[in-house]
Amino acid sequence: MWQKIKVAFHKLGSPAYFYGFSGRLLPWLWIAFGGLAAWGLYQALFVVPPDYQQGDSYRILFIHVPSAWQAMMTYVTMSVLAVITLVWRIRIAEIMAMVSAPIGAAFTLICLTTGALWGKPTWGTYWAWDARLTSMLVLLFIYLGIMGLYAAFEDRRKGARVASVLILVGLVNIPIIHFSVEWWTTLHQGATIRLFGESTMDPSMIEPLIYMTIATKVLYAALLLMRSRTELADQDRRRAWVRQRVAGSTARG
Amino acid sequence: MTPTRKRRLAMVSVLVLGVGTAAAITIATLQDNMMYFMSPMDVHAETVEEGRTFRLGGLVADESVKREPDGLSIRFDVTDGYKEVPVIYTGILPDLFREGQGVIAHGSLDANGLFRAHEVLARHDETYMPPEVAKALERAGHPSSD
Repeated sequence: MWQKIKVAFHKLGSPAYFYGFSGRLLPWLWIAFGGLAAWGLYQALFVVPPDYQQGDSYRILFIHVPSAWQAMMTYVTMSVLAVITLVWRIRIAEIMAMVSAPIGAAFTLICLTTGALWGKPTWGTYWAWDARLTSMLVLLFIYLGIMGLYAAFEDRRKGARVASVLILVGLVNIPIIHFSVEWWTTLHQGATIRLFGESTMDPSMIEPLIYMTIATKVLYAALLLMRSRTELADQDRRRAWVRQRVAGSTARG
Repeated sequence: MTPTRKRRLAMVSVLVLGVGTAAAITIATLQDNMMYFMSPMDVHAETVEEGRTFRLGGLVADESVKREPDGLSIRFDVTDGYKEVPVIYTGILPDLFREGQGVIAHGSLDANGLFRAHEVLARHDETYMPPEVAKALERAGHPSSD
């Protein structure tokens, strides 16, 4: 059994195998994302009751909170890939770490934008320099820094290793974001959903949040595979396996 | 694991631990500067000099909100359950502003210990529930907001 897993893992490290495998998986991920997001948004906008204080404006959290979680989870995933990049130098891991940065940046930007739009009617301001908001903005800059550093190298494998060091330096920001509302006084409220202990959201409102959270995870997986395939094919454009596929598809088309 | 990989893994661990330690020390040193607002208890304990700008955070005390005769200014007390600080503010209040609600006021103390705010923000708590549930809780004798 262990041997089988090991073989499957090693197979995934082969560019041609990864390309074919991810190509077959992608349509299913997109279908799953479409279904989950459509159902989640329908529930969020039309089914769940309004909030007792905020009325309907609280519904933006069904986008805001899953994006914030995914922005942070993307970073943690990227850090694991960065360790693999630095220690084992597996090429697929390098590529997956590097293409994760723009995806994470997009989730961070969605989180910051929806938060600002919610902040105006609720707090009375779009932005405040409190610890939570500032550390989230820092996360966006770290993502942009990783993208810039990677792009600055001619040799992409070298660029990936240097950028991986920056990824691991920036990892320290993730616990800061998470605990900012507990360590310091902030304008941003504390955590509503807790893994341990009681959540302070009425059970009737939680269902769409669960669907949207799974949907963003699936969206990340789909975007990750899609971008990795493109990057892989681009890096290997002179290699036989890419030329075969490109030639094959032109012959068919 | 090969010796090279072991060495690289050790370097990666040192990097993460080193950055973590440095960040922890920095944060611990800057603890006070990272606070977004002071509570009324902090204000009483630290004797903030008059004219110094800071943010005051807490709940709007019950039955403390009074309109001034000019119709624009509003007076209220900010409480943290132990101490209170009286606040005066002229301007538009956020929709969520009401007695018992969390607020953050930006301004300074005058000579009489009155906090003159030039900005008042509502601080939302982390509780979300439908209006019916809030009403039911109130009927049962549990206040719906803190």
